[in-house]
Amino acid sequence: MKISYNWIKEYLDLNVKPADLAEKIERTSVEVDDVVKPSDGLKKIVVGHVLSIEAHPDSDHLHICQVDVGEDAPLQIVCGAPNIAEGQMVIVALPGSRIANNVKIKKSKMRGVSSAGMICSLQEIGFPEAVVPKEYADGIYVLPADAKPGDDVYDYLGMNDSLIDLDVTPNRGDMLSLYGTLHDLSAIYDLPVKFDQPAVKEAGEPIADQLSIHVDESLAPQYKMRLVKQVKLAPSPMWLQIRLWNAGYRPINNVVDITNYIMLKYGQPLHAFDYDKFAGEDVYVRNAKAGEKLTTLDEGEHDLDVNDIVIADDKAPIALAGVMGGLDTAIADGTTTVAIEAAVFEHDHIRKAAQRHNLHTDASQRFERGVNRTGLQDALDAAAQMMDELAGGTVQTGTVVAADNVPAPAVIDITMSRVNAVLGTDLDQAKVTHILETLGCDVTADGEKLTVTVPVRRNDIHIPADLLEEIARIYGYDELPATLPTGRMTMGELTTSQKLMRATRHSLEGLGLNQAISYALTTEDKAKMFLMQPSEVTKLAWPMSVDHAVLRMNVITGLLDDIAYNSARKVKDVALYEQGRVFYREDGTDRPSEQEHIAGAITGTLLPTAWDAPAQPVDFYQVKGIVAAYLKDMAVNGDVTYVANPDMPEMHPGRTADILVHGHRIGFMGQIHPTIAKKFKIGATYVFELNLQAIIDMPKQENQYDVISRYPAITRDVAMLVDNDVTNDQIVELIEKRGGAFLQSVKLFDVYDGVKVPKGKKSLAYTLTFQDKHETLVDDVVTQAFEKVEKRLQDDLGAEIR
Amino acid sequence: MSLKDKLNELHERGLTEIKKSGDLKDVNQVRVSLLGKKGPITEVLRGMRDLDAEERPKVGAFANEIRDDLTAALAKRREELENAVLNSKLANEAIDVTLPGTPVAKGEPHVIQQIIDQIEDLFLGMGYQVLSGPEVEEDKYNFEMMNLPKNHPARDMQDTFYITKEILMRTQTSPMQARTLETHDFSKGPLKMISPGVVYRRDTDDPTHSHQFHQVEGLVIDKHITMADLKGTLQVLAHELFGDKFDVRLRPSYFPFTEPSVEADITCFNCGGKGCKVCKNTGWIEVLGAGMVHPNVLKMAGVDADVYGGFAFGVGPDRFAMLKYGVDDIRNFYLNDVRFLNQFTKKG
Repeated sequence: MKISYNWIKEYLDLNVKPADLAEKIERTSVEVDDVVKPSDGLKKIVVGHVLSIEAHPDSDHLHICQVDVGEDAPLQIVCGAPNIAEGQMVIVALPGSRIANNVKIKKSKMRGVSSAGMICSLQEIGFPEAVVPKEYADGIYVLPADAKPGDDVYDYLGMNDSLIDLDVTPNRGDMLSLYGTLHDLSAIYDLPVKFDQPAVKEAGEPIADQLSIHVDESLAPQYKMRLVKQVKLAPSPMWLQIRLWNAGYRPINNVVDITNYIMLKYGQPLHAFDYDKFAGEDVYVRNAKAGEKLTTLDEGEHDLDVNDIVIADDKAPIALAGVMGGLDTAIADGTTTVAIEAAVFEHDHIRKAAQRHNLHTDASQRFERGVNRTGLQDALDAAAQMMDELAGGTVQTGTVVAADNVPAPAVIDITMSRVNAVLGTDLDQAKVTHILETLGCDVTADGEKLTVTVPVRRNDIHIPADLLEEIARIYGYDELPATLPTGRMTMGELTTSQKLMRATRHSLEGLGLNQAISYALTTEDKAKMFLMQPSEVTKLAWPMSVDHAVLRMNVITGLLDDIAYNSARKVKDVALYEQGRVFYREDGTDRPSEQEHIAGAITGTLLPTAWDAPAQPVDFYQVKGIVAAYLKDMAVNGDVTYVANPDMPEMHPGRTADILVHGHRIGFMGQIHPTIAKKFKIGATYVFELNLQAIIDMPKQENQYDVISRYPAITRDVAMLVDNDVTNDQIVELIEKRGGAFLQSVKLFDVYDGVKVPKGKKSLAYTLTFQDKHETLVDDVVTQAFEKVEKRLQDDLGAEIR
Repeated sequence: MSLKDKLNELHERGLTEIKKSGDLKDVNQVRVSLLGKKGPITEVLRGMRDLDAEERPKVGAFANEIRDDLTAALAKRREELENAVLNSKLANEAIDVTLPGTPVAKGEPHVIQQIIDQIEDLFLGMGYQVLSGPEVEEDKYNFEMMNLPKNHPARDMQDTFYITKEILMRTQTSPMQARTLETHDFSKGPLKMISPGVVYRRDTDDPTHSHQFHQVEGLVIDKHITMADLKGTLQVLAHELFGDKFDVRLRPSYFPFTEPSVEADITCFNCGGKGCKVCKNTGWIEVLGAGMVHPNVLKMAGVDADVYGGFAFGVGPDRFAMLKYGVDDIRNFYLNDVRFLNQFTKKG
């Protein structure tokens, strides 16, 4: 809501600059989006009197105008506006002036005719299209006849005012009006409000003879109407138009403008009906009936819902209550009798109706948040009186009060000790009482207990905590001390699983992978890839886009998306890991279970290529090295084995291994299938994904000291030819089993399957290290053990020792 | 010529030859020629037989002295020559020290993770627990127990990804607060927790909106927790994340789950509070929402709101990172461009 600084000053003796006022509001009341003075940035824009116009010889629409701008000689200005006429007072941007959007106006020639400046529309000097009166929407604006040529135009148009745009939170409906804002400022600055409530001059017939209203009070707890006859529709006076357009409303005619003005001033939405268009003299406030339709003021056609509240006459709905009036009964040329409605509608119905019909209006916004339940009559009277004064109307005697259930004010007990205990302050009772009273509360004290009666217009205050907020903000948050909680000590410590997750991240970063955080919402297709266990997909009911519609069931596809993003930007070497959740759902349940996973993906080269290090494209063994080192870091207590798995559809059938701990599968790794790589538009990529929860839950080995032997170790190398299908695991397992008590380690140091070995064979070479912890080993002992190993390799695996 | 004169002459000559020796081979030759079995000194010593018994030990001692001196001179010359050889070898081994070092594999934590870790560590140090709840939540915990009953107007403030009518992607990490409040045993001590994690909102992704982002929410409930404690805690947080120069100010706001509710601004890091484009000339930047926990939230979780109370706050690591590093597009955090990830490598 845009509120005028000048308007506020009419009622409150403020002695602060607009910017300071805005700052104060923001610090104490509601957020301020901005403060704008419409004339800011404009220069040399003055009133001009059009002395004469003649048609431009080379144009069918331009006119050559002689314009008096208060100087010795008139200016010649070429103007293309269709509504330009002799005698008008117009807005002239002089040569050297600045108009909206920082545009500079210079002397120029238009089709050969010199033009000293420009005659402006309101839009051209910065008015939003939406507030420009319709009659001037497509042409220049015509100022009142008493405007003085040469004067700056700003004051004539209200442009020297400062407009403070309030971003009102949903609880502060009261701030959606001048009235509410004044009362808050009154408390903030501790100043009295001088609010003028006009007396209404009733002259006509008793209204009861002309109108009866039937209200369902559960839908409209308050509903009132006044009638004003003999109104003459006309443009509103300038001051009223200025108020409206500065608040963001388009001036329309005096009657409609008055209803908008009263809403801005009092916060009470009013609706003006053309009484003569009612079918009969009865008006009903009821739910819509199935099949009913309504065309609203904006010419929108609506199929009404049975939950909508409508105002209806004897025949049909005439307004969507609290949202928008109907077109058929709208104020229009020829209207002479106006029925003014002031009501309160049940907020939930209004909220839903506004949503249902996608009609979020200023009225619906106010009804949703709640209006001042004690202010209906004042607003109605003020509107009626203005229609008398500005439209020559005759206010009929009396008000039809069809329902008037005003809620009782909230009465809240609060103790001083509570106030200070919650705020951490040391306020005295007089101070607190004063703050509450400036807010309009009645306060009675009983010892340190305060009984606070809250004005009805503050419908956001119900409980002691609400009062605490009022006290705190008016007292000033800056005045609060800054302390830290005291009381019983608590230990701050990460849980075992949190520690392990942190360790996981540090480990993988140490191994060269960057942490990625990808989207957990993905496509159904991607969600289903790389599945580690069977699961139903979990879909969003109303996704925002197909790309993010299904909950992921793997982490890898997110990393592949990341690689694709990098790859498309010519970043070819990518090494990422991600720790996050996957969502598995069982058939028949709504809610998926969440499992922590850890995944990695590498493509290109792991190490950046450098002048002294040739590029080494990523391969299976690099990803395996990472997984093995990570699992070593995690110290899972059990044998880690890697078993070829040719059956994962998204993985290369010959380059994929399941990762097992103690025979229990916790994940997989390998190269993604070339068709998947192609689908993601990425190069050869190696990935792993592990069930991190399983790793968290596994028993771990503690660090342990083992004496480092003082005796020398003896090494023996063995090279052998074996069939291609004999695996390293088989060989190592055999050596370890047969290597005797002193075998410390077996290390593969060469693999060769090139042209120098027979087809179907490969050559493997190992270093065996023997060591005795307690004495120096004798060569013979080692030789004996080594020969035994060689024999078993030959016998059991058909190895040919070389 | 006396033996002594002979020795003196040999000494002089020997020293000259040692000095003249140009390489290790020369030095060796000089050594053999001077001190060898057939060398002049040996010869002189042999001539001692002819001396009388009184002279013999003196000359003998003198001869030994000269031999030792020549031996030492030889050793010194050898060392000089060896050093020269080594130095010239090392000189030949010089490399261009400005060539780049060999790359090592090194990964970095995600910038959002860095901020979350920093916040976690700060609050762990102040005795808070870290608790992260489910990302797929029940409407009850995400909204209802946060004092947002169905049809509450403030629900329009958060557009939610629903899975079913009752199941949704959490829009905040506060449901974990409700879950913890329900189970916390206050006889064992106050509840001090933060809940970091991913949250989801039904938003169209653009430079300032992301359907997925992060939150860290904090909650402290005890018998005597004040709003001043909230202010002090937020100050500590701002100082930790941005530096000591930063002030915190509170402004009134509205959240259904807190009353009073505030938004906290910090001094604009761009202009230091003078006013600039970034802070829209206010000198302040909004960074988080907070407040005193609404009694309804406590009651719904079965906590006696007359005895216990406290504060809650919620911060967005994404927003912090954007502010701290001037990141102009939130999507950078989730696209994982390596060139982006590698900009946040400072440790400590």
